[in-house]
Amino acid sequence: MANVTLRNVRKTYTGGFEAIKGVNVDVADGQFCVLVGPSGCGKSTLLRMVAGLETVTGGEIDIGGRVVNQIEPADRDIAMVFQNYALYPHMSVYNNMAYGLRNRGMAEAEIKTRVEEAARVLELSAMLERKPRQLSGGQRQRVAMGRAIVRQPKVFLFDEPLSNLDAKLRIAMRVEIRKLQRRLNTTSIYVTHDQLEAMTLADILVVMNGGQVEQVGNPLAIYEKPATTFVASFIGAPPMNLMSTRPDEIKSQLDGAADEAGIVGIRPEDFAITDQTPAGGVALPLTVEAIERVGAETFVYGSREQEDQRVAATPGELPPGEVIVRIPGTDAPAIGQKIRVAAVRPKLHLFSGDGRTRIEA
Amino acid sequence: MVEDEGIRRYVAHFILWIGIAIVAFPVYIAIIASTQDNALIANGQMSLLPGGHFFEVYYQTIFVGTSGSTREPVGNMMLNSLVMALAIAIGKIAISIISAYAIVYFRFPFRMSIFWIIFITLMLPVEVRIYPTYKIVADLHMLDSYAGLSLPLIASATATLLFRQFFMTVPDELLEASRIDGAGPLRFFWDTLLPLSRTNMAALFVILFILGWNQYLWPLLITTRDDMQTIQVGIRKMITTTDALTEWPIVMATAVLAMLPPVFVVVAMQKLFVRGLVETEK
Repeated sequence: MANVTLRNVRKTYTGGFEAIKGVNVDVADGQFCVLVGPSGCGKSTLLRMVAGLETVTGGEIDIGGRVVNQIEPADRDIAMVFQNYALYPHMSVYNNMAYGLRNRGMAEAEIKTRVEEAARVLELSAMLERKPRQLSGGQRQRVAMGRAIVRQPKVFLFDEPLSNLDAKLRIAMRVEIRKLQRRLNTTSIYVTHDQLEAMTLADILVVMNGGQVEQVGNPLAIYEKPATTFVASFIGAPPMNLMSTRPDEIKSQLDGAADEAGIVGIRPEDFAITDQTPAGGVALPLTVEAIERVGAETFVYGSREQEDQRVAATPGELPPGEVIVRIPGTDAPAIGQKIRVAAVRPKLHLFSGDGRTRIEA
Repeated sequence: MVEDEGIRRYVAHFILWIGIAIVAFPVYIAIIASTQDNALIANGQMSLLPGGHFFEVYYQTIFVGTSGSTREPVGNMMLNSLVMALAIAIGKIAISIISAYAIVYFRFPFRMSIFWIIFITLMLPVEVRIYPTYKIVADLHMLDSYAGLSLPLIASATATLLFRQFFMTVPDELLEASRIDGAGPLRFFWDTLLPLSRTNMAALFVILFILGWNQYLWPLLITTRDDMQTIQVGIRKMITTTDALTEWPIVMATAVLAMLPPVFVVVAMQKLFVRGLVETEK
């Protein structure tokens, strides 16, 4: 049981590449912290620094009130679950879990109790004698979890543990991990690039981009009030529609607020197809380009008459001038039809022109 | 194999049988000749059917040796060859797996230079560096000894390179998991890397054992005493006789005996060897 505090942590590789540019995060005891961001944003590097697998160039990493910068991974009292599980291929499931304990000189009887308990929790009891190659992906994943659990560490570290599983299993394991973490009440840091995983697992969400923290906070708070256009488009699927406030069409509707703001963002789910223009809201005429029906909801891809300039560069960003609208049910307009969509004022997100600052209207 | 159809299959098998006959016939002749009477062979009347001298010829070969030339029992030569081949195979594997471990997993000054120096020795087989090697072995008083027979052949780069390539395919996460599990460098080597290298070691052992067993030039050069002779050198000496008839049954029996250990090693290690090629345990 411990809190993890990162104080102005930096990582510069020999050769000058700055992977982590000063990160401050505070994870309280028993919290589940998720680091999320696009590939190459430094989230895995940061996790590996906490594990002790990468050296720290600057700043301090504090686990349970002890600065661990110079401490070996084995002595940090952490356990890690790797993306490819990193099970010892020549050892049985039992030995995979017991190995770390044996290296610490624990008595064989105590090891047996712990491994059997972990196997029971993870439903691995029947396969303790098998080799990893005889297990399915999901079972290997559970063995990797088991290896972490038996150590009873202060902190669990997860490096994209679910990305090698198929979609269905991933959702099941996601729930498992969350339940397990709640029960053990062990501080956890979890790295993922999947924003859905991030939203569902996190007590505290850290959105990273380019080696820096874009925003830290409760996942829903981040969803409701993204601090930058990067966070706005990264958290939430499909991504938030980001539009320049320059075109008169939008500017006139924003009255005043547009002067400061350069970008307005509206989530697809906040649009409604309507002929009215709500007071203080934004209404846009669209031509329907494509429809995606997924059952409970339908995504309408529309293009605006006016060509818009590109406002922010983020992964998964829409082409300029395109707008996604999410409507419940399957009752969608036809392709080629001209529609009007509108969003009300509290649902608008205003950002400065460079997308780095959120403006509270 | 796709579907084999009628006549094609017989043609293919026929060709294969011809190949087998070409390869196996000399071996057959050697076995037959080792059971015949020397006089029959000498005047060219050797039968293609086994003769009746099997036990006496092999007894004489293993425990007594030829009555002329070397006068050393072949049993002793086989022991010498066996010690040499085992020392070369085991010594090479032990040294190269350790050096490959250092080169792949540790960062130390001049790591790459050392790697290249090892690599370059590939260009210098024993035959090329035979004079300086002989000089060193002689100065160290290792002529006519097992150490002199095996040590100079142990140092070589091929096995180091092979293990290096293998270690580079072992995922880094295994090392990281070991570090988190509290295993130091020696523990990781012993508990994880060695077991994973098992099939590689078996394959190398087969190759190196045969290489060591078949050495001719080096043992010929550094052994002068009859009791330190290896079997490959012994066969050669048996054939050249002055003023006497070559004892062909004994020569052939020696040749057959010389074939047995490599065959045994290949057969015994085959399962592990093939598994190393087929199975990916990563």
